[in-house]
Amino acid sequence: MLAAWLRILALSRKELLAVLKDRRSRLSLLVPPIVQALIFGYAATYDLNHVPYAVLDQDHSAASRQLLSGLDGSGVFERVADLQRLGDIRAFIDARRALLVLQIDQNFERDLLSGRGAALQLIADGRNSNTAGTAMGYVTSIVGRFSADWGAAHGFAPPAVQLISRAWFNPNLETRWFMIPGMIGMLTLIQTMMLTGMSVAREREQGTFDQLLVTPFRAYEIMAGKALPSMLVGAIQAAGVLLVAQFWFHIPFAGSYLTLFIGLLLFLLAAVGIGLLLSAVAATMQQAMLYSMLLITPFSLLSGLSTPLSSMPSAVQYLTAINPLRYAIDITRRVYLEGAGLGLLLPDLWPLALLAALTLATASWIFRHRMQ
Amino acid sequence: MTAPASGSSSGAWRAKWRRVRALVLKEAHQVVRDPSSIAIGVVLPVILILLFGYGLSLDVKNVPLAVVIEQATPEAIDLEAGFALSPYFRPRITQAMPPAQLLLLEHRVDGIVRIPADFSRHVSSGDAVLQLIVHGGDANRARIIEGYVQGVVADWSARQSAAGQPGASATVNVQSRLWFNEADNSSYFLVPGLVVLVMTLIGALLTAMVMAREWERGTLEALLVTPVRSEEILLGKTLPYFLLALIGFALCVLASQFLFHVPLRGSLWVLLGASMLYVLVALGIGLLISSWVKNQLVASQLTMLATFMPAFMLSGFLFDLRSMPIVVRLITYALPARYYVALLQSVFLAGDVWTVIVPNTLALAAMAAGLALASRAAMSKSLE
Amino acid sequence: MNASAGEPPALLAQSLRKSFRRAEQAAPVAALDGVSLRAHHGELTALVGPDGAGKTTLMRLAAGLLRADGGTLQVLGIDVAGEPQQVQDRISYMPQRFGLYEDLSVAENLDLYADLHGVGADERAERYPALMAMTALAPFRTRLAGQLSGGMKQKLGLACTLVRSPQLLLLDEPTVGVDPLSRRELWDIVRRLVAEQGLTVLLSTAYLDEAERCGRVILLHQGQVLFEGAPQQVADRAMGRSFTAVPAPGQPARMLQARLLDQPDIIDAVPDGARVRFVRAAAAPAGDDSLRNLDAAAVPPRFEDGFMLLLRSHAEGGRSASISVSRPIAHTREAVVSVQQLVRRFGAFVAVDRITFDVRRGEIFGLLGPNGAGKTTTFRMLCGLLAPSDGALFVAGADVRSAPASARARLGYVAQKFSLYGPLSVQENLEFFASAYGLRGDGKRERIAWALRQFELGAQARTTSAQLPAGFQQRLAMAAALLHEPEILFLDEPTSGADPLARRAFWRRITALAEQGVTVIVTTHFMQEAEYCDRVAIMDAGQVLAQGSPAEVRELARTDATPEPSMEDAFIAVVEQARARSRAAGSVPGEQHTQAAPR
Repeated sequence: MLAAWLRILALSRKELLAVLKDRRSRLSLLVPPIVQALIFGYAATYDLNHVPYAVLDQDHSAASRQLLSGLDGSGVFERVADLQRLGDIRAFIDARRALLVLQIDQNFERDLLSGRGAALQLIADGRNSNTAGTAMGYVTSIVGRFSADWGAAHGFAPPAVQLISRAWFNPNLETRWFMIPGMIGMLTLIQTMMLTGMSVAREREQGTFDQLLVTPFRAYEIMAGKALPSMLVGAIQAAGVLLVAQFWFHIPFAGSYLTLFIGLLLFLLAAVGIGLLLSAVAATMQQAMLYSMLLITPFSLLSGLSTPLSSMPSAVQYLTAINPLRYAIDITRRVYLEGAGLGLLLPDLWPLALLAALTLATASWIFRHRMQ
Repeated sequence: MTAPASGSSSGAWRAKWRRVRALVLKEAHQVVRDPSSIAIGVVLPVILILLFGYGLSLDVKNVPLAVVIEQATPEAIDLEAGFALSPYFRPRITQAMPPAQLLLLEHRVDGIVRIPADFSRHVSSGDAVLQLIVHGGDANRARIIEGYVQGVVADWSARQSAAGQPGASATVNVQSRLWFNEADNSSYFLVPGLVVLVMTLIGALLTAMVMAREWERGTLEALLVTPVRSEEILLGKTLPYFLLALIGFALCVLASQFLFHVPLRGSLWVLLGASMLYVLVALGIGLLISSWVKNQLVASQLTMLATFMPAFMLSGFLFDLRSMPIVVRLITYALPARYYVALLQSVFLAGDVWTVIVPNTLALAAMAAGLALASRAAMSKSLE
Repeated sequence: MNASAGEPPALLAQSLRKSFRRAEQAAPVAALDGVSLRAHHGELTALVGPDGAGKTTLMRLAAGLLRADGGTLQVLGIDVAGEPQQVQDRISYMPQRFGLYEDLSVAENLDLYADLHGVGADERAERYPALMAMTALAPFRTRLAGQLSGGMKQKLGLACTLVRSPQLLLLDEPTVGVDPLSRRELWDIVRRLVAEQGLTVLLSTAYLDEAERCGRVILLHQGQVLFEGAPQQVADRAMGRSFTAVPAPGQPARMLQARLLDQPDIIDAVPDGARVRFVRAAAAPAGDDSLRNLDAAAVPPRFEDGFMLLLRSHAEGGRSASISVSRPIAHTREAVVSVQQLVRRFGAFVAVDRITFDVRRGEIFGLLGPNGAGKTTTFRMLCGLLAPSDGALFVAGADVRSAPASARARLGYVAQKFSLYGPLSVQENLEFFASAYGLRGDGKRERIAWALRQFELGAQARTTSAQLPAGFQQRLAMAAALLHEPEILFLDEPTSGADPLARRAFWRRITALAEQGVTVIVTTHFMQEAEYCDRVAIMDAGQVLAQGSPAEVRELARTDATPEPSMEDAFIAVVEQARARSRAAGSVPGEQHTQAAPR
């Protein structure tokens, strides 16, 4: 038993040396996750803070001015033009100079004063309908506030029911809080899988695999020796992204590190399991890389990182059951933001454990089979 | 002796053409015989088309929502019915807050609407208060849910006031219109993303290791000492993958028309031209990385970092570029994906808007030219 | 020398310098250090010299693949540095590792190079049949190059290089790893082209008998030209110093050779058929009686003798290359490797066809055969890397198929190609393999120190092994395989591509190991080296054709025409007879023996 452990450690040490000795490959393992966490932390947000809009104000009343100052003062909307004619709208939208055009009829103030309610026309560039929808939501809420303020100032009754809303776990509703913890799983998956897959393929390509097979290594020892360094690299990358989240983006960590890393450990096991399976299929490093991409792309699209799982058709949701990233992202988010404990995470943990067991067992079987 | 360079000028061109054709054929054979190339060139685009067509959606529907009815008054039950009838919600009724909160913690519901015990009394006095708690994890979704709840409540109170006394109010009705995508169909916005991902994958990933592979297998050394010119080697490396990318492109366009029913309001030729330019840029990046970095692990990581992730995150197909901080925005200007996504969105949904097409096409063309020159420089016929 | 006054030589180098900078070393290493040489039109010029002498660098400079740091190099009268493409339009070049596209068929590879060289349809129609006939590749036009055997690949590489008649042909070690039969065919092709078409050829080689047959040789050593001229002039330097001696009856030639090498005035000793050939440092002075107790006779010198003499006067080392193991194993007569009716099939193809042999403890057993004969497949089965389809196989008393992994600790294996970890340093590689074999603590430290000392790697301990010269890599591979003191050592073409000095040092160690009880099984394409073995087996088409001591095998080829056949003569005779028999029996000629074992 001790001998087996020493052999596994020797192989792990060799793997780490081989990867980390070369400055460029050392950098390529440690820098990309941090850089990506930083860039995507800023980039991957559905929150809008800069919406160019144009206005066609045909009313020129005190009410329309008050409404527009509400928009301009929001810090989100930037008025790029005051249009004069209806015909100008198309040009502004087509050329993407404005995301929104707000058209205020000449009866706006009169309708408001009459108490029958007034209407506004809002035209949005629907080429990215998601962004447009979010921006329209912002306008609606600013207009809502305007009408409440204006109504109160002009002696109208407040709405019958008031809704007081509060968001748990992310009080200011920042997408970043949601995205960055999810990225811990996403960014580590790519490299853990590729590193494992390519390390076996590299031994095959360079003929060192045979040399390894004539030593007293058993199949499971070789697999463990390949898996441990990848998992270590993955864990370090995860820790790096975690540090960026906490100390650069100042997202408060609500959970326990132990819980998080127990979850990540299971996830990394499943990831190296898949990597080892790939390496059994791939004859060259190029194939190892391309096959990993073939899996990583659907894994990341169906992970719930950027689009919610619950919006997917149920058939696709069943399909995501075999996606380790889906569980990892759920775990990191819930531990990070909600402080969830192991008990609450059980529905994520056991599928990961099952995936890890299945992939590792299959890979081990193929390895043994190949060796004989 | 057959020294091709010394022939007549037309003979020299014929020899050149023959060399390029031979290299293209060679590369094509290799692509066809390597299952992993086919996997990325054909299988992955099909998977992506299916996922984008049937899997991904940002639409918020059937949100599980806990409705806490602390006292079952007619008003409370009527309000709850409002949620039940809405296509956006699937309400679950509880009698008190603690079980609802547990549901929220277990992710069984995305939000809680609390109808307090004194709700009915306050409705008649006109100062009723409802409490909404949403799970803020997914901020985007939370905001949408908030808006929908607001809508249901507003409808309900409008019905209430219509039934009761029609009081004057200062409501402003925002009549929104979403140009280019009136039905707010999410395929409309996913298709450009699909095309950019497919083209990036085929263009950059397949070429990222081809030069490195020739170095490692020692095939380049013999190839270099022939009359072949470096630009011919580059052409030979580019054309087969260019064609493969065009096949992927055709698959995507066909899917967009017949599977997703996304309109193509601009001209197909502009779309094709822009796509060819983008493929050239992607190929250029892949070739450049692979001729600079001879370590396959590093080459693969660099390609992921420089092409795939940006196409996903920094192209503007998913996340709004204008809302990114200035540093990140500057980075996006250096990436071809943003120009291509702008072109795709306009040509598919808006039409041939030249004010969009011209600058973005120029940017892509400049990048393609720059990359061609850089690859030419990197691909010197030397082992040093 | 015999160049006409008006025409420039085919290749002319003047004070050529080129150095390379290695990653962790501050000072660049000079590969070529002021080299001046020339090659003439219509002549075969050979470049010889030890590993790292600068042969490949010179070839690459001539092909315009590298830029010189100083001096001038003119090829066909064109300055290569200024106009590399002009040169590349006119020459053909076959690099050491000819990069065939393995996923292209034989015909596709050939067409590619024909297109690149602008060979027209008419020319092809005329040339292809000749190339196919010369290389015997005609039956395999549609086979993927990756599935050809090593020798076939090399011949296809040469065919691709020869799709047109170049003004200058550069061949960098074209016969490395090629079996004697294919090597002979390759040389026939080249010599015929020189004779019939007046082709100019510059080639580098590690086989000195090949150099001897060239019109002109250039001896490079550590980036400098030691000699330039006709091969006979090299041989002449050893005039009066070459002898052969006959070993005592019943004693292997290698014992006598070892004894001779230990004498300070003997520069070189190699087995030569039944005798041992040796070269003395100086011509024997009158009245010298140091050879009296030997049954020695003076012989005419050959190129190799002069070559060793020249090198020894410039280089030391490689002489004290004996080795000792810490626990000598008692010589017993038991068979430690036993192979009975062993079969390995790949689909319908039979790579190894009912072979049977035993290897006794402390024996050196040589496995000889053409490329694709099934040697590597047999090796992989012996090492447990491949399961036999049928038959029995016992190694160190255990059935390899059912033996536990720990049984592998009694084997050592050195693969054909350097297969240690390139990015790791010498020390790190040794540490890894020591741990892999379960060594630890003081034992591990001692064995690593032993390996560094025995294989003279101490100075390179911290060097990245990928950057070591080939000879050092070979030593490192041996060191790694011997760390755990295996009882049985498997060596697959360990001397392919190694220079003559390295090969001698290598065999010195092997014979010393065998004397201390280590069993060695080895394959080689140097038939001369088969003389070091106690017993050899010649394989072809998956079958053992002949088996016995080197003398017994040589005896098989004795005819009136060749009363004293060399091992190479015997090898060729045995294989060709067997092939003629199988052709007569109606099996497809060459179909089997050229099929490489899929990995």
